Amino acid sequence: MAATEQTIKQVNTLGDTDYKYGFSTELDEIRPPKGLNEDIIKFISTQKEEPEWMLDWRLNAFKVFNKLPKPEWAKLNIPEIDYQDCYYYSIPKSLKDKPKSLDEIDPEIIKTYEKLGIPLKEQKMLSGIAVDAVFDSVSVATTYKKQLSDLGIVFCSISEAVKTHPDLVKKYLGSVIPVSDHSFAALNSAVFTDGSFIYIPEGVRCPVELSTYFRINAMNTGQFERTLIIADKDSYVSYLEGCTAPMRDENQLHAANVELVALDNAEIKYSTVQNWYPGDKEGKGGIYNFVTKRGACRGKNSKISWTQVETGSAITWKYPSCILQGDNSKGEFYSVAITNNMQQADTGTKMIHIGKNTSSKIISKGISAGKANNTYRGLVNILSKAKNARNFTQCDSLLIGNKCGAHTVPYIESSNSDSMVEHEATTSKINEDQLFYCQQRGLNSEDAVGLIVNGFCKEVLQHLPMEFAVEAQKLVAISLEGSVG
Amino acid sequence: MLEIKNLHVSIEEKKIIKGLNLSINKGEVHALMGPNGSGKSTLSYVLSGKDKYEIDDGTIEYNEKNLLELDVDERANEGLFLAFQYPMEIPGVQTSFFLKTAINSKRKYLGQSEMDALEFAKLIKSKSEDLNINTEMLKRDLNVNYSGGEKKKQEILQMSMLSPKMAILDETDSGLDIDALRIVSEGVNKLRSKENSFLVITHYQRLLNYIKPDFVHIIADGRIVKSGDYSLALELEEKGYEEISNSA
Repeated sequence: MAATEQTIKQVNTLGDTDYKYGFSTELDEIRPPKGLNEDIIKFISTQKEEPEWMLDWRLNAFKVFNKLPKPEWAKLNIPEIDYQDCYYYSIPKSLKDKPKSLDEIDPEIIKTYEKLGIPLKEQKMLSGIAVDAVFDSVSVATTYKKQLSDLGIVFCSISEAVKTHPDLVKKYLGSVIPVSDHSFAALNSAVFTDGSFIYIPEGVRCPVELSTYFRINAMNTGQFERTLIIADKDSYVSYLEGCTAPMRDENQLHAANVELVALDNAEIKYSTVQNWYPGDKEGKGGIYNFVTKRGACRGKNSKISWTQVETGSAITWKYPSCILQGDNSKGEFYSVAITNNMQQADTGTKMIHIGKNTSSKIISKGISAGKANNTYRGLVNILSKAKNARNFTQCDSLLIGNKCGAHTVPYIESSNSDSMVEHEATTSKINEDQLFYCQQRGLNSEDAVGLIVNGFCKEVLQHLPMEFAVEAQKLVAISLEGSVG
Repeated sequence: MLEIKNLHVSIEEKKIIKGLNLSINKGEVHALMGPNGSGKSTLSYVLSGKDKYEIDDGTIEYNEKNLLELDVDERANEGLFLAFQYPMEIPGVQTSFFLKTAINSKRKYLGQSEMDALEFAKLIKSKSEDLNINTEMLKRDLNVNYSGGEKKKQEILQMSMLSPKMAILDETDSGLDIDALRIVSEGVNKLRSKENSFLVITHYQRLLNYIKPDFVHIIADGRIVKSGDYSLALELEEKGYEEISNSA
């Protein structure tokens, strides 16, 4: 069965429970004690057999973290996080001895991924997607490695890249998101456990979608993903990440840093389908998703495009951004953020125009149901040297019911009179006559909401890779289940 | 097929339908005519199950089921279809996708397997040709930027795709030019059979030149005041609502 087919089937068969990925897998784990201190950081570094420069980098980040306050700008109600009451590293014991092929991986882990619809076995990889799967703190397997390496493409876990491609890591890690950016960025830099590393050499167009699947399995474990993607001159890559976690009563922390670098004429397309456990209807449990994603269009004519479908997490705090340094470079941000029940999301983007003739486009669709709050927060900043810069922003909010909230906070700063900035925003309620019309044609109320909301999100969903657009559409419908009476 | 007895309906405490009786058998076409505010559209919404309408008294039996106990989508999937006076626009949802979703909702309800893409394409092609609908239109978002005539043709296309047992046409003729009126009527006439029934709600006798009803009812102030055959429509055209209602 093709991966896509299997994924779709998986989504279909996941039945009627509210959160479809809420199982956990029983595995022996290696974990240092709870708490955040230099010893833990050293433990992580040792476990990963890192070179000394990497450990020094981490320890420095930890010093910075201790000095920085928690970011306060978002319209979120974030409970005080006790960083000492959390595990920072967890790996299933069977992965300790580094499986050399998929056959050596604990069948329980393979089963977990099969339940999620992520086929790891190469013989099943018929749909042209290379997958790197991250289970708690370690990368489980990277499929398609051989085929990619023939083209000179490096697609591996970041831990591996630290050892095999130290020059690239040293050069680019932290170059887009400085350690001192804000406290979550610093925390991630100190304790990051795993994530993907991609390097596309000059002139290479990556022939398959590269994909990572993140899963938090162990209890009380934070996941600190670190991803670094470098597209060298004239190259192209499309990358997709998906995320799930089991249902648990306590909150779990996911603080990721993702850095993208596009050199001359390079293009990076980065898509996210985020479906972390959102907590129950009363707001108990769920993932805190504090993510820093930033791309630098360093080269001329380079392009970075973010597409995100955010349906999960108790709290989402995320602003995938583009720094448009190269002349004629382009940044795009397409976002669907859905909040239901007690979920909170504060998400948006920053487009920083530095080079000449740079352009950016922002399409944001926020959907709020239940008692949820959904905020779009964006910054379009046009610096004085950015001649002829252009931006178009469109923010649409859709409300379902009368206890939820939608907020739009767009900042525009322009220091160049040649620039052209457009902003459009709408807020609407789901129309009962539309619902009635659909139901009169035989759709039940949930299917009707799913259909209308998918129509509302179409401009964004069509930017997802084909295989995932279908899954995302189902996810949109699933996450709004129970939102209409 | 449909048996309405002593129906009383109000909305926000205002009585709209006041003791309406109507019986429609399999294979029959009934026309319901009446002035503005007489309760015509309210009846179509009550039959299809729109909320906000309070049923104060009476019963509605549909195919040996208590219609009032069924949800909107259950009624639809049991073969009750309402062609809307004002079809809704649904941005971002392609018309053909909507049609496919509707057909498969019904099939799922009936325990049948989904219609495959090829079968669907064939069906939609032949039905569109019958109604003189350009299939390019089906690629556009449902009813978005459709002209008044296109919207009504679209309703009739949906009707013929879903082949309902009981179809209610709520002032489908309003805003139609003579060509569109003819096409829409032909669509209805093609669907007419011994197995299904129609309730055609209209202001004007004009539509009934094309869709010949078996029975004509005149509604005024929430009740049917006079029933007859097609000749009643002609009489109405001549005398007007007031005279007929008063003489009843």
